[in-house]
Amino acid sequence: MEVPTMSELPTGVTRHTFDGTDRLATRGEPVYGEPTDGAWRAWNPNRSKLGAMLELDMDTGLAGGETVLYLGAASGTTVSHVADFAGPTYAVEFAARPVRDLLDAAESRPRLFPLLKDARKPETYAHVVESDVDVIVQDVATRGQARVALENRRFLADDGRLLLAVKARSEDVTREPAAVFADVREELSGGYEILETERLEAYHADHLGIVARPR
Amino acid sequence: MNTTDGWFADVDRDDPDAMATAVREGHADEPRDWPAIALEAGFADDEDDYYDAVHEATMAATRAAVTERERADDRQLVHAVRAMDDCSRTANELAERLAEWAGTIDPEAGTGVAYARELARGETDDALEEPVVRSLAARVADLADEADDLRAFVERQTPAVAPNLAALADPVLAARLISLAGGLEELAKKPSGTIQVLGAEDALFAHLRGHAPSPKHGIIYTHDAVRGTHPENRGSAARAVAGKLAIAARVDHYSGEVKPELEAELAERIETIQARTAGDDGGADDE
Ligand SMILES: C[S@@+](CC[C@H](N)C(=O)[O-])C[C@H]1O[C@@H](n2cnc3c(N)ncnc32)[C@H](O)[C@@H]1O
Repeated sequence: MEVPTMSELPTGVTRHTFDGTDRLATRGEPVYGEPTDGAWRAWNPNRSKLGAMLELDMDTGLAGGETVLYLGAASGTTVSHVADFAGPTYAVEFAARPVRDLLDAAESRPRLFPLLKDARKPETYAHVVESDVDVIVQDVATRGQARVALENRRFLADDGRLLLAVKARSEDVTREPAAVFADVREELSGGYEILETERLEAYHADHLGIVARPR
Repeated sequence: MNTTDGWFADVDRDDPDAMATAVREGHADEPRDWPAIALEAGFADDEDDYYDAVHEATMAATRAAVTERERADDRQLVHAVRAMDDCSRTANELAERLAEWAGTIDPEAGTGVAYARELARGETDDALEEPVVRSLAARVADLADEADDLRAFVERQTPAVAPNLAALADPVLAARLISLAGGLEELAKKPSGTIQVLGAEDALFAHLRGHAPSPKHGIIYTHDAVRGTHPENRGSAARAVAGKLAIAARVDHYSGEVKPELEAELAERIETIQARTAGDDGGADDE
């Protein structure tokens, strides 16, 4: 690929100095014990694949204010930052325990909508999540990650973006991550055009970040 | 609600319970431009009002769904698995008593719960028409049925309470471990060495008093990976299984996240252990 250019951070995300260190930050109530400074809260890329994608200057296309479908919200670490700078944010997670914390994060965020649903069954939330969302963020760390992205393509606007974190070990612990990633890309191209990929190694072992758009 | 309708189709903006139920139970084949449709239908005054309603409804729906799931909690499981064991133990004891009795009437009498079931159904010798014997047999059959029902309950509930543990062990073994530890949290706090010998307390005390070898495995002995390993390497297998089960219990208790890789990692480890030829040093190697 070409010489990487500095991608701009979305409006609402900035670099802010916490204790002498420059870090990604958004404005909102703290969620996971992250450092704060005034209204700013640090966004830890070691705990967030989307944070890592931004740190690595991937061209996410995020500008701020988007309508987002977030798959695999867990306790809300990343999706809380997303809701801080995006517009309406639908957060799908199917494990009950982390959703307790997600509810807390959503309490102070009126445009964050928690849904205890299975991302492999879009018909169970298609009556709530609107069509033509601008962005799907997916971090489900479970077998069949490409499949989940394909199943949820129906929510994405034609010019929308899929921001996907693939965890190799969730697909097959015994195989080389590179081989797993190749398979995922192959399967994904059944419904998406892949615009950029980047290993998230510096922050998350054996993870691949993918930016794609529907085809 | 129709499968082309949004969650708000049949509910009143002022009825929070109905809104939450619609979010939880509804479904649609395809997403549509719900905010626009809701405004057109007069459900909300403007976009902001619509999204406020979505927030209210999803918060309430999700809170209720989480509470419901958590009610299927580890305490329920502990009671169920203990009741299951009590029922089958009692059924077996009574079946033995019954067989002894029946043997005095009909020398051909069988044994066990299966025989009690036959007797209860009246499929045996006429001499055994004695009502008290038949009635006792019926009680045994009922108890055995109850044990089966409880087992089905445990098999259904364990994956909801402890998904990783249930995937790694079978659901009944997972429930027994939770029960022996006294709960999922208690199990999650135990070191893997303790989990390895859970259920072998008698043998462990004998060992501590100095008149028995240290037990290599407790109830996890029933795990396929331990049972299926050559006796010489069973200690290693039990250690590997206990190690992964300890991690699974912690993940289940502290995060609830499903980690399919645990299962694959254990399978890999067991394969390595089982590949050792007998006579290899199976001892102080792993971890
Ligand atoms: C790595 S964690 C996500 C962390 C989160 N994205 C963050 O950065 O804050 C993966 C999550 O995906 C969830 N998950 C896995 N399969 C899922 C599915 N089919 N539907 C919904 N959630 C799923 C898991 O329960 C887990 O909480």
